[in-house]
Amino acid sequence: MRTFIHLSLGAVAATALAAGTVAGPAHAVDFSGKRIEWIIPYPTGGGSDRWARFFAPRLSKHLEGQPVVAVKNMPGGNSTTGTNYFARRAKPDGLMIIGTSGSTQFPYLLGDRRVQYEYKDWIVVMATPTGGVAYISSKYGVKSAADLKTMKGKLVKFGSQGATSLDLVPALAWDILGLNSQVVFGFKGRGPVRLAFERGETTIDYQTTSAYLKNVMPLVKAGKAVPLMSWGTIDENGKLVRDPTFPELPTLIEAYRIVHGKDPKGPAWNAWVAFFTAGFAAQKMIFLPKGTPKDIVDTYRKAISSMLKEPGFEQAMEKALGKYPQAEGKKSETLAKLATDVSPKSKEWVIGWLKRRFNVTP
Amino acid sequence: MIESLVDAFVALTSPEHLFYLVVGVAMGLVVGIFPGLGGIVGLSLLLPFLYGMDPTSALAMLIGLVAVIPTSDTFTSVLMGIPGSSASQATVLDGFPLAKQGQAARALGAAFSASLFGGLFGAVVLTVVIVAARPVILWFGSAELFMLTILGLSMVGVLAGHSLSKGLLACGLGLLFGAQGGAPATGEFRLAFDNIYLSDGFPLVVVGLSMFAIPEIVDLLRQNRAISDRTTLGRGWIRGVKDMWLHKWMCVRCAVIGCIVGALPGLGGSVVDWIAYGHVVQTARDTSRFGKGDIRGVLAPESANNAKEGGGLIPTLLFGIPGSGGMAVFLGGMVLIGLEPGPSMVEGKLDLTYVIIWSLALANVIGAGSCLLISRWVALITNIRYAYLAPFMIMVICFAAFQARRDIGDLLALFGIGLLGILMKRFGWPRPAFLIGFVLSDNSETYLYQAIQFYHWDFLARPGVWAIGAITLFCAWMGVRNLPTSKTEEQEERLSHATDMRPQAIFAAAVVALFALGLWDGMQRTFLAALFPIALSLAMLPPAIYLLWATATNRTAHSANYDHEVVGEHVGVAGVAGLWHYILWLAAFIAGVMLVGFWIAIVVFFILFLRVNSDATWTRILVLTASGVSFLTAIAWIMVMDFPGGLLQDMVELPWPLS
Repeated sequence: MRTFIHLSLGAVAATALAAGTVAGPAHAVDFSGKRIEWIIPYPTGGGSDRWARFFAPRLSKHLEGQPVVAVKNMPGGNSTTGTNYFARRAKPDGLMIIGTSGSTQFPYLLGDRRVQYEYKDWIVVMATPTGGVAYISSKYGVKSAADLKTMKGKLVKFGSQGATSLDLVPALAWDILGLNSQVVFGFKGRGPVRLAFERGETTIDYQTTSAYLKNVMPLVKAGKAVPLMSWGTIDENGKLVRDPTFPELPTLIEAYRIVHGKDPKGPAWNAWVAFFTAGFAAQKMIFLPKGTPKDIVDTYRKAISSMLKEPGFEQAMEKALGKYPQAEGKKSETLAKLATDVSPKSKEWVIGWLKRRFNVTP
Repeated sequence: MIESLVDAFVALTSPEHLFYLVVGVAMGLVVGIFPGLGGIVGLSLLLPFLYGMDPTSALAMLIGLVAVIPTSDTFTSVLMGIPGSSASQATVLDGFPLAKQGQAARALGAAFSASLFGGLFGAVVLTVVIVAARPVILWFGSAELFMLTILGLSMVGVLAGHSLSKGLLACGLGLLFGAQGGAPATGEFRLAFDNIYLSDGFPLVVVGLSMFAIPEIVDLLRQNRAISDRTTLGRGWIRGVKDMWLHKWMCVRCAVIGCIVGALPGLGGSVVDWIAYGHVVQTARDTSRFGKGDIRGVLAPESANNAKEGGGLIPTLLFGIPGSGGMAVFLGGMVLIGLEPGPSMVEGKLDLTYVIIWSLALANVIGAGSCLLISRWVALITNIRYAYLAPFMIMVICFAAFQARRDIGDLLALFGIGLLGILMKRFGWPRPAFLIGFVLSDNSETYLYQAIQFYHWDFLARPGVWAIGAITLFCAWMGVRNLPTSKTEEQEERLSHATDMRPQAIFAAAVVALFALGLWDGMQRTFLAALFPIALSLAMLPPAIYLLWATATNRTAHSANYDHEVVGEHVGVAGVAGLWHYILWLAAFIAGVMLVGFWIAIVVFFILFLRVNSDATWTRILVLTASGVSFLTAIAWIMVMDFPGGLLQDMVELPWPLS
């Protein structure tokens, strides 16, 4: 009798053990009662902060155990300070994550001395793309990208926040297209640049999608501005395609083809694609630190998946942040890789271009 | 327009809207009282609640919060000489002396009624103007904005006091400190010496605290008395309200200034209180009491800075460009709720715009009104013995400074610039001049550069430039015309002439060295980044060297001779420690932070300080320490904040809050 009981208990124990091990992937980590710190290396109220604060409560709701997700702002050093902190201090226990933006990727790609973090160490769980539209003043008589050929010899003025900021992407685009552009720096945000365009001080500009729709469309309707192209977006296969919000606007590839009669290629073009991806197509990303075990990563991925599928999410997101589908899982990995990898040749080219064109060293 | 006004009124007076407005106001007042916390913190505290709330209520709460931040920060400015935010620095200049003379309640009463008035006035103007504001804002291009920074800089002449050369040099120092960091045109780092903290430049919060709060604290500590030297406080707050009514037209003018400056994006609202203050000094007949407790010196900046928040709504709502830090917070909140500003705010959504404007006004009334009512009791703080109050104040100042970048550099900068502030106060260098230079440095350089890039030197021919230039010259003339010094001022000047001018000479030498450093560093940069610091240093070196010569050759009859150590409220009073005694306490505290981290250092500092400088019993010491430190810890927990760590934290891993 005792042997029977022992054997049965043993069998139960063995089954339980086996079930536990076999159920590995399905076993989610429980964060009940815990507090997750989401490092945002940007000031409160800015775009990245708003993005994080939009997702934080939703992430909290969908993570196993409903932990508090607290946004921790750590601005400074053009976002390098907070990111360095994360690289140094984050433990692989899922309790500290980081949200980076284009301004965190760019210094990394350009080899800025302040950067002490390595993207390849981290694990991406979500990427938020954004789009942009380039437009020109109507005073040149240009009606679309096709008319850019008539711009030879004419000077356009572009307002930029800094040579190594996200405005590098449009500045390089003007050069690739062969436009004669004067870049004026010192602007403290895209908003003031838009104002300068309305005043007629700058004559070519770009805005991100939501700002374009709200603030530039009225100018287009009033006949003061003409949209030229959109930056486009990166699809599942890593290809640059038209922006779904602006299906009628050509991408830079198409605009180049119209102006020069052939496809763009070469180090300038490769550099542009790399920086465009880092600055727009995969602008904001959520990373887990180095060495995070698979079950924690999976828990996050699962939470993000269900968060994105929640009814009403898309509308809420569109209202707050704009219309681009969030990238998760495989797609986020593709984007992260494209955004944090630039070939040595392209990097060298961009650094040389920055020195030649603006006398700036990153 | 009338229809929208009526619709807005109906929405405004709904009980739900009012309820959330009051909640926002209450939150804003509490947050605003603590220096350095400000709107940003308030927003981060509110944000978790904003989700799941319907947009109109969320908006009401948000407006309530943003509207009253420049109101409650007046408490620390007047009562303790700690500028709560950049908006109340000018208030400290006359508000704190009033508190020291036992008129704290009066100063607070005046300040809050001026705030109330300013806020209401701003809303009225806004209602009328916002429909037509768009083209006016667009008219101000980079050239015009540059001229406005020049107008701001010209205020230095009025605030320079007796020595114009010191005023000029102080402003120049401010401009140099402001140029430190990234150059606007090229992003190159100036005077950063490869240090990450320095590459971002000095934060305004830290500079404001160092220049105004630190010297006042050290002075008060030395005199070892309560802030107020009178035992009776009186029910002065009603007198303060009467003061405002007496000077109502001046308040109107200052509110207009506040509105206009607030409405222009990119001018920097932190300069509005100085412009208002400077305007009042320029136009006053009797300027002898300014800086010593003239109630007008409180009324002017307070009416201006609340009107500024109203004015700041114009670029925020119309263009989505925040006119100030508070507006940036508001904008962020608006977008999160799902309301995006733009031209539609005036075309399609005018009633919503009016709801926002008038909620702001209402919040101002509720906020200022509540502050007014409690000011009488809060003013009692000025009767507490300073040795008890001081560790709390130092803790609050350090905490506030730390909010700037959450980096040990904030505390080091606080100490370093605080030292500069202490010495400037001692040798009669006008600190407002420094601050104006600091605040306007970036904008003046940026707008000049942009104006030349866009218009070449033709920008000087623009009508706007001429108009603003004329106003500047007019204001300067008014200021010079009003400068006759009274008999008492001349007497006081002569009294503060030191016989041994060596300390002044050393300070003057340091100033020369700073400009020489600026020149040398500037020469390492490319053209566009070098121009500003080189031109500035070359312009400042001759007067600086002249001053050095005058002090080094011991010309005691020279007007520049001024040493507060010779005449000051502490001279001749027994038991007053030297200037350096308390500076060393501060230095020791910061050294402690660098060794064992902020939390441990503050506990040790509290205990040691209270033991040595006051006669409190051990129980009292422990109770005070415990209450101060636990309060701080609670706030840090809510704000998801780490205290600065020291060597100990690098070596050993400690649990929060010791980390």
